[in-house]
Amino acid sequence: MASNIGRASSDTNKGKIPWLKLWACIFFVYLYGPIAVLIGFSFNDNRIAQVWTEFSTKWYTKAFSNEAIQNAIINSLIVASVATVASTLFATMAALVLSKGKFRGQNISLGIISLPLLVPEIATAVATLSFFAAINLPLGLSSIIIAHIVFCIPFAFMPIRARLAGMDDTLQEAGRDLYANDIQVLWYVILPQLKPGIFAGAILAFIISIDDFIISLMVAGAGATTLPLYIYGMIRLGVSPEINAVSTVLFLISLTLVGIYWFISKQNEGTSYAH
Amino acid sequence: MEIKLPANPMTRRWLGLAPSVIIIFVFMVLPILLLAVYSFKPADSYGGVEPGFSLDAWTQLFFDRDLDDTLIFDPVYLQIIWRSIVLAAIGTTLSFLVGFPVAWYIVQQKKETRDILLLLVTIPFWTNLLVRAYSWILILGKNGMIEQPLLALGIIDDSLELMYGNLAISVGLVYSYIPLMILPIYASLEKLDFGLIEAGHDLYADRFTVIRQIVIPLCAPGIVAGCILVFVLSLGDFISPSVLGGGKKMMLSNLIQFQFSSARNWPFGGALTMLLLILVGIGSWFYIKASRKVEAMEK
Repeated sequence: MASNIGRASSDTNKGKIPWLKLWACIFFVYLYGPIAVLIGFSFNDNRIAQVWTEFSTKWYTKAFSNEAIQNAIINSLIVASVATVASTLFATMAALVLSKGKFRGQNISLGIISLPLLVPEIATAVATLSFFAAINLPLGLSSIIIAHIVFCIPFAFMPIRARLAGMDDTLQEAGRDLYANDIQVLWYVILPQLKPGIFAGAILAFIISIDDFIISLMVAGAGATTLPLYIYGMIRLGVSPEINAVSTVLFLISLTLVGIYWFISKQNEGTSYAH
Repeated sequence: MEIKLPANPMTRRWLGLAPSVIIIFVFMVLPILLLAVYSFKPADSYGGVEPGFSLDAWTQLFFDRDLDDTLIFDPVYLQIIWRSIVLAAIGTTLSFLVGFPVAWYIVQQKKETRDILLLLVTIPFWTNLLVRAYSWILILGKNGMIEQPLLALGIIDDSLELMYGNLAISVGLVYSYIPLMILPIYASLEKLDFGLIEAGHDLYADRFTVIRQIVIPLCAPGIVAGCILVFVLSLGDFISPSVLGGGKKMMLSNLIQFQFSSARNWPFGGALTMLLLILVGIGSWFYIKASRKVEAMEK
């Protein structure tokens, strides 16, 4: 409480540091400027990507009629969808268990589930590659999907667990008092309450999967190119308006999903039960 | 309802945890252990390892084997590791210098403004790193947004060569990870008792004294957490050096990737990965200590 009272009076000091506002403005221009330039040039008619001539959407038409890009998009969507469904399901099961009481092995399970967040991606990538080679798993879409499920689990797990932590047991007890069995309590009481958390978790998993580059780079076989891998291949050949167009699309996909995620978590805040 | 959950709570727990824990254990913990073992094996020149035991991968970190099999000290790999550490440190310092005032600004806004600004800080973190690094080529590159006006005005008459070097890599690192500097600092600034700042001002301390002697010590755990996060992620960063460094200036992760692709020296790649994991492990340990302190502050 003290901090709130303090904040109110600190507002009177705000005007004293105008450079702070300027600094923050410059920062946000820095943060979004390059992306804005990228989006701008994706609508540039000129073949030389960095010289503006006139507005045109031809690079989008050109990029999306390219069969290799179409395949890369399809691959990315397949991988992200499968990885999202699997990781969200597993993460939900784990979160339901981990949020109930204390038991032996709880911390170590939590540690293992958080591990993909701590290990640098390049280490996961080469370790997974070595492991797949050792068990003779052919590299392709299925190897990418397995690798993606692994690192999507903690991202799906976090919002689900947060939602469970904010949930009230009263309704579950009421359900049991009305002779609902465990499955019925889970299905009719817990899961409906948990839905926003599960949905938020699924969105995070999808974003992380569709944007992944390094792990996919190492475990993708020939013919299993995802969209970020294709973009990387194009970047190596130099700046081009097609990259600008495809990158803009990838950026907008993430942006939309983050927007939805933010909206859901705002609603979660509104409906979560006060402690 | 035909299906029944197992009655025993222990069985139920393990059924729920099994898929996540087993998948991560089998496809992440085991592979890392396998790689650790590989780093002590002789290399197979077609990729993979040969049976037997060898310390070649680890000696290769420091020495080069001469034709007559004598070991000569060769710092080429140590230089790459050192460059990674230095670049990560530069990226972290710049992120702090840029990010701290931003966090300080955000925390002083009204609730609604704060939420929107925090969202704006977070969005880039959730968008594709590759795309974000690439967008800097349009800014820094030959005939890019920086050079174009300077060339047109005649201030410069040749390319500034901003790309493909340490400068571009540092810019990329800051751009990639600065949200992870701002968010923990913001979190600890939010808990700050602003009455203490008033008290400082009442005692005629100037603004910088207040920041240095009151704000920074009190939100030190947030600063430490942010710095470690940015440092650890920068150290293992692959995209900035390969997109903005042009692959010429390698960092640790490029060197690792190279061992598993063109160089086909998996044991050496394994040894480098273990080194990276050790460095990151030390960093994470400090991070956990720092975030415990942030939690303790909340209570």
